[in-house]
Amino acid sequence: MRALLLLFAALMLSGQRDPVLVPEVSQHDVQVRQGFTGTELLLFGAVLDPAGRAGQDYDIVVVLKGPSEPIRLREKERFAGVWVNADSNDFRSVPSYFAVASSRPISEIVDAKTAAIYEFGTGYIQMSPSGSINPQEQERFSLGLVDLKRRQGLYKEDFGGVQISEGVLYQARISLPSNVTTGTYSAETFAVTRGRVIASAVSEVEVRKVGFERFVELSANQYGLLYGFVAVMLSVLMGWGAGRLFARL
Amino acid sequence: MDVYLPIANLSVNGLWIVALGALTGVLSGLFGVGGGFLTTPLLIFYGIPPTVAAASASTQVTGASVSGVIAHSKRKGVDYRMGAVMVGGGIIGAGIGALLFRFFRAIGQIDVVINALYVVLLGSIGILMARESLQLLRKSSGTNQAARRRHHPLVANLPWRWRFYGSGLYISPLAPLIVGIAVGILTMLMGVGGGFILVPAMLYILGMSANVVVGTSLFNILFVTIATTIMHSLTTRAVDIVLVGLLLIGSVTGAQFGSQLAVKAKPEILRLVLASIVLLIAFRMFLGLFYQPDEIYTVYPL
Repeated sequence: MRALLLLFAALMLSGQRDPVLVPEVSQHDVQVRQGFTGTELLLFGAVLDPAGRAGQDYDIVVVLKGPSEPIRLREKERFAGVWVNADSNDFRSVPSYFAVASSRPISEIVDAKTAAIYEFGTGYIQMSPSGSINPQEQERFSLGLVDLKRRQGLYKEDFGGVQISEGVLYQARISLPSNVTTGTYSAETFAVTRGRVIASAVSEVEVRKVGFERFVELSANQYGLLYGFVAVMLSVLMGWGAGRLFARL
Repeated sequence: MDVYLPIANLSVNGLWIVALGALTGVLSGLFGVGGGFLTTPLLIFYGIPPTVAAASASTQVTGASVSGVIAHSKRKGVDYRMGAVMVGGGIIGAGIGALLFRFFRAIGQIDVVINALYVVLLGSIGILMARESLQLLRKSSGTNQAARRRHHPLVANLPWRWRFYGSGLYISPLAPLIVGIAVGILTMLMGVGGGFILVPAMLYILGMSANVVVGTSLFNILFVTIATTIMHSLTTRAVDIVLVGLLLIGSVTGAQFGSQLAVKAKPEILRLVLASIVLLIAFRMFLGLFYQPDEIYTVYPL
């Protein structure tokens, strides 16, 4: 907050006429625990205009991105009548989650080039593909991946999802489904006017497993053998216990 | 009732999972099979990642077979010597299965291989069982049971014979060892206990006496699924203990109802019902190989 105020003051002093964004997220710490069915984040904030021109026609675009991971995408093809995995393509940085919301359709706010630079839309995500050189093939793989993630509820676009009131305050609701990856998410906010991004700001959201869920994940990954024995004991005891219980009835 | 599964990384309706467990439990009580062949595909259909589904289903089968083994051992229905040889084979098989799993995953064909295995195995066993139970139904009006079959001629040719008193056999331990290895591989790859393969193999290949077949098969399933659970915990790390718990709540109670039902029903009818369920699943998976899949693209983490 203090840094933002300093920045704000500096901008005021320098006579910079571009506005300043003050973003905030309703939850900086999303806890994945028992009964977690997803959550809704409220991304909100204000656009401060040093020149005091309220009611300027800004557009706001917010982009929420999950931690990136390298993946291999495989494509099924019909081979002798049977669907088998054929081609594959690697992507070095695929965001595990990607959501973009804007106050108006992106095509009305910026041109395609700007949209591509700032990743305004699931079609513009920079995933660093590697492997295939053919751009057409790469395009096909990228589209397939985005479509898959979209149907899993992990990639979404909500053009019109940002509400701006009085040209100063904005807010957008973005939902996280239960199958999100844990890690550090970045929420970027952009103020756009006349096709130009004039201000941007980033804040972070930490999604993490807590309590029993974290304990289970840690044990499974670090103490595999012990975890396996506990799982076996659980099944044996439950099977044996039920047998005893029903034998008495 | 929403339950978050920490290893599968998603939230599911717990009641559905318990109901699914109960369904497989009833089947295992009725027919003496683990029910894994039903759990794994249904879990995948529900949206659980395939590896997690296969790993957790094998852990669930452990629980479902415990009470069966206890019940059968009380009435001397387990040939421990035969069982031990098969378990030994099963553990070797689980190790081979883990290597195969890794190999098929590396070349990206694991899902195709699993589907094809299901189709071939369930299809052939379903047809065998259906044919036999139909023959039995037709015959049951008059003549007594057919003469007990001797074991397969190939088995008789193997060297180094042992006596298996419980099974009433004098054969080479290599035969049950090989059967055990085969079942172990399948358990690791498909997340099934292998009961639906073991029982026919014991009856028709080894020629074991019928009263120890189900008990010995359950004994083998119990230890092989324990080994697979440990193997999965060490390699794929895909056993979801919460998912296992939910499945078990359903299956251990379901198994008790199933075994009570089994006493009342006619065995030939039971086998016919099991055969049709097996064939139905095989047919569904067979179609799945040829129809365009829902997902053309699949993501593998690097």
